Amino acid sequence: MNIVIRVKRQRSPESAPFWQDFNYDGSPSDSVAAALRELDARTSLTDAKGAPAEPIAWDCGCCAGRCGACAMLVNGRPTLACKAFLGKSGSVVLEPLSKFPLVRDLVVDRGVIFETLKKMHLWLSERAREDERLHDLRYQSAACLMCGCCLEVCPNFSAGGSFAGAAAAAAAYRLLSQEGDAAHRADEGKAYQRIFYSGCGTSLACEQICPAGIPVTELISRSNAAAVWRRL
Amino acid sequence: MAVTAVAKMAKKRILIIGAGLAGLAAALETAQNGGEAVLVSTQPSERAQSNMAEGGINAALNTKGEDDSPAQHAQDTFRAGCGLADYGALSAMTEAAPGIVRRLYAMGAQFNMAGSDIDLRSFGGQKKKRTAFAQSSTGKQVMTALIDAARRCEAEGSITRLAHHEFVTLLLGGDACGGAAVRERFGGPLVTIPSDAVIMACGGPHGLFPDSTGSLANTGEAAAELFRLGLPFADLEFIQYHPTTFSASGKRHLVSEAARGEGGRLFCLREGQKWYFMEEKYPELGNLMPRDITAREIFAALREGPVFLDLTELPAAVMERKLRGVVDTCLTYMRLDPRCEPIPVEPGLHYFMGGIRADSAHCTGITNLYAAGECCSFYHGANRLGGNSLLGALYGGALAARTALAEAERPANTALPAPAEPTSPAALQTVRTVTRACLGVVRDRTTMENGLDRLDGLAGSVPLLARAMLKSALAREESRGAHYRSDFPDRDDARFRANSAVYADGTEIRVTFEPVKEAQNA
Repeated sequence: MNIVIRVKRQRSPESAPFWQDFNYDGSPSDSVAAALRELDARTSLTDAKGAPAEPIAWDCGCCAGRCGACAMLVNGRPTLACKAFLGKSGSVVLEPLSKFPLVRDLVVDRGVIFETLKKMHLWLSERAREDERLHDLRYQSAACLMCGCCLEVCPNFSAGGSFAGAAAAAAAYRLLSQEGDAAHRADEGKAYQRIFYSGCGTSLACEQICPAGIPVTELISRSNAAAVWRRL
Repeated sequence: MAVTAVAKMAKKRILIIGAGLAGLAAALETAQNGGEAVLVSTQPSERAQSNMAEGGINAALNTKGEDDSPAQHAQDTFRAGCGLADYGALSAMTEAAPGIVRRLYAMGAQFNMAGSDIDLRSFGGQKKKRTAFAQSSTGKQVMTALIDAARRCEAEGSITRLAHHEFVTLLLGGDACGGAAVRERFGGPLVTIPSDAVIMACGGPHGLFPDSTGSLANTGEAAAELFRLGLPFADLEFIQYHPTTFSASGKRHLVSEAARGEGGRLFCLREGQKWYFMEEKYPELGNLMPRDITAREIFAALREGPVFLDLTELPAAVMERKLRGVVDTCLTYMRLDPRCEPIPVEPGLHYFMGGIRADSAHCTGITNLYAAGECCSFYHGANRLGGNSLLGALYGGALAARTALAEAERPANTALPAPAEPTSPAALQTVRTVTRACLGVVRDRTTMENGLDRLDGLAGSVPLLARAMLKSALAREESRGAHYRSDFPDRDDARFRANSAVYADGTEIRVTFEPVKEAQNA
């Protein structure tokens, strides 16, 4: 069936955004990523009105939900294009994540996510402490794709702001819970309090949005306990 | 354009192309040994193909009372590689493997545990339980541990990341490499980075094929550029088809070998009855024969009808604690619950055993240029064992960095080579059509020669590398490991117990065969 792919486009950070529709002949069970790949593979791409169009820029990696590259807004909701499906409505609307600096079309610069983790000194300075009971939560903490979906929905996060957002809190858990060096753990804990705990408005918007299905709010509460109350 | 080298600094600067597992291992080893690592990648490490590795990492930890040893791990690897791997190099790797896995554990990687020790699962081509794993996303969990460790080096200045930068070409001075030119993906200028060494950790050239389980970001362009510059490649005809994959939403998805390691059974229908063909034909290893053999058996069975992987008999706890990723993948992309229904599977392109030709210290044909991980890999021979790719990337990346730190020294003057002709989108489409038709599970001369004709005259380095793959596959007139020729179905040790080497001489491609490094104890 024909499905209209409506894309918010912008050639550069400075240029004006515009909307462009494309016709995609596929199945409702195709992923958004499948549609974007098909459109970009055409040797001459034309929009729904028949006008020539440049290939659509978007970040793409594994196309299997394991790398987080293709996060974008699909019908207004942040998700991975490779895990979002076109559905039966006959159209889908694609926009770049709005919280990060735009690069081009659906590509944004999510570098702030990684810079924040560095600022929080999230690493182990000693051998990881073992605790088999915490395996599953630590595993979940390490499963974060750093895609940015939880930051997109967060009312407290902005790329230029001082609040780290849920991705950093989820990552902090495995390091706070495994760090054997008390001084470094305290250092991480202080940074955590400053740029996460004090800024989180507990809207819990991040709970249901994670495309990797990570229990985000549980990890946050565990990180809070470790950083603020020194309880693992 | 001439580029003058900056004044030599006290620290050796190692430029690493690719921030997946091999690149990260190289960067950490460089930083820990007093060097300065510059890590170039088109996307952050979190996006690298290494994160997709599912089943595990092999190491003879010998925690299951099976009398396992690194020597047996080396023998299994060598046997699966059909005699073409560098036995000395891979023995050193299997010897190091238990230490590597224990170090990952100490770095916080969340391996599944059995009591107080790291759990091990069965994997293809190995009789003993030797594969450490983190549920069914081992690559992701191992990557996270390395990324956490690298973050500290970044904060301390011993690793510098150039995120969203792509490799363009090498800086060359005579026969030696003195850095690389890279370009910012978000629209920046060409930047030249002088360095004492360059380590290629750019992954396999999956982009030369239309339909791979690998990452779409692994375009093969970096390898193609090096090939254009005349760098010799080796064993390009050996391309691994994973036995159990499926296609959905225009992408090939993997059903991890862990599914069979945990007891999954392959069957097809014969006269209406389930036929467990692997168990019947290969009573000893059954569903866990090496990937080349299993893929060929499934390929043959598919001519008669669908082939299924049955996980429905596995205990719920195994599905939940060890195969959750497999369940999620099937539910998301096939809308099929493998706990209730068998999974229809077929072989799919998965891994490149060959690549940049390197010796056991990871030196390539250009001085100061090294290669590690899937882009080179001389550890696997004609067919790779599951669980050895993460190991090869970690061990190889670190070893390449140690070699580079010990011997590399940048040449006094370097220059950029003449730029490559671009590969047009239409040419890339043709390449992918040809590789699909010619370099599948079963190959033959006529199809490959026709494919070469179609590639003739296509401009750009990607078609050139594709031609090298075809020429290598044509030259090997035998069947061995992942390379199966219907016109030469037998193994021919007299002529071909040798590694193929291929290089570009302008637009000409030359293939030779070189004797395998002497295999002691094999």
